Amino acid sequence: MYPIAYTGWMSLQEWFVSSVTPPRFIGLANYWKILFGDPRFREAVARTLYFTVLAVGAEAILGLAMALLFNREFWGRGVLRTLAILPMVATPTAIGLVFVMMYHPTLGVANYLVTVVGLSPFRWTYSSQTALYALALVDVWQWTPLIMLIALAGLASLPREPYEAAHIDGASTLEAFWHITLPLLRPALVVAVLFRAIDALKTFDIIFVMTQGGPANSSETVNILLFNQAFSYFNLGYASSMAVALFAVVLGASMILIKVRRTASW
Amino acid sequence: MVRRGGARRFVATAGFYGLAGLFMLPTVFVFYWMITLSLKPQIEATAYPPSFVRFSVSMAGYREVFTKYPFLLYTWNSLVVAAGCTALGLAVGLPAAYSIARWRQQRLALAILVARIIPGIAYLIPWYIFFRRLRMVDTYGALILTHLIVGLPIIIWVMISFFEDVPADLEDAGLIDGCSYFGVFWRIALPLVKPGIVATAILSFVFSWNNFLFSVILAGRETRTLPIAVYNMISYEEINWGTLAAAATLITLPVLLVALVAQRHIVTGLTFGAVKQ
Repeated sequence: MYPIAYTGWMSLQEWFVSSVTPPRFIGLANYWKILFGDPRFREAVARTLYFTVLAVGAEAILGLAMALLFNREFWGRGVLRTLAILPMVATPTAIGLVFVMMYHPTLGVANYLVTVVGLSPFRWTYSSQTALYALALVDVWQWTPLIMLIALAGLASLPREPYEAAHIDGASTLEAFWHITLPLLRPALVVAVLFRAIDALKTFDIIFVMTQGGPANSSETVNILLFNQAFSYFNLGYASSMAVALFAVVLGASMILIKVRRTASW
Repeated sequence: MVRRGGARRFVATAGFYGLAGLFMLPTVFVFYWMITLSLKPQIEATAYPPSFVRFSVSMAGYREVFTKYPFLLYTWNSLVVAAGCTALGLAVGLPAAYSIARWRQQRLALAILVARIIPGIAYLIPWYIFFRRLRMVDTYGALILTHLIVGLPIIIWVMISFFEDVPADLEDAGLIDGCSYFGVFWRIALPLVKPGIVATAILSFVFSWNNFLFSVILAGRETRTLPIAVYNMISYEEINWGTLAAAATLITLPVLLVALVAQRHIVTGLTFGAVKQ
């Protein structure tokens, strides 16, 4: 708790570590600045939210699809489970490095595969237009299995009776999915998505390793901006106020999560 | 009739495995690509179009990693920090988890959840100031203490569910026979949750091993851990992909192998807070 309180205190001051002047109390001026005076921060917030919605949205759809596919007895279930875990535990720095090599515009395997499929090559993390999408794709690669595993656990706990009743009433598979599976699975899905969103808001390693927020700040999320303010410009007071703002957003998402979890029936 | 049914089932099964393969292909491919790149000689690593299956095997990448960089030192640093963090985490976390499980301290459990939710970057600025004042930047101590903030909540959270499974009757019997509370914890509860301890130790080790954010600020020349070393290599090596892939493989492979041992508990640790046990 102490570091958090200290960050809150720091956020009320103007302090550059490199300078000889001691911290100066400036009240809420830093917050005034991030809220109204700093377009770069505002853009970073929008980017962070966009990245989160994009990545977690794709993960939810893909993860649910995979869970529905794999929710049966089949040879190789254990292998599937093992494979699903690997991207989540692999060192993010190393994964970022591998994707940097795969994303290379002229020599990378990603563009080779894209042209084999018949599309024109992208510039991935090397262009300000696509960098954020390319980074979100790495997040999707890493974390879709998590949503799948949570959804699979949810599916396994569903009762059988409604399906039998629906079958007798002549409902199609699609209708059964839409009217039975989805509503029953909703709490598990909401929890999984919120949980992922909380972590996606905090994404740092992958972005820092792969683009450092570039090119031309096009992938500069709040985390990256905050880090650079603190440890490249040593503007610790200002960076602290950003940390508090980020914390507030994440805490808001967590409150919703805790509330949903409490009302969830399992 | 029977034959046609069998044929249809065959098509359905083949379709299922085809689809399953399609979904899992990206997962496998990225690791496959990392490992094959690390084994390719420089010319083939950056060849275009890339070769997927046929390439000549070379250990040049691995040799470079160890000769051009003090990679053994980085590995040692990572090991010391991860082991220290895990040992300290268990020493503090096991009694904490036991107490939360035994006396149902729900509020404390919630506090641990909050510690898991707070963005790590929010800790970083105060820590940086704190450890600089103590002249502890670039020491194992600073790294171990900061990595604990990730490891400890996971250790406690996963261990709570293990301790809850220890039958209370057994502990009460111990108390009646004159055991102290600590004696019950040490002699009765701990031996029963040994598998859980192994699993959480692995989890905490993996999280410390992978940590980038805290180490990039608090590790220096002497204590640089593997993720930081690999990150620094990117700018030096540029397009020397065999070497880069070798470094990436060396740092990832141990984690993947260790993860296989504890895979069931890894899911618990990763989803901790999202799913009730």
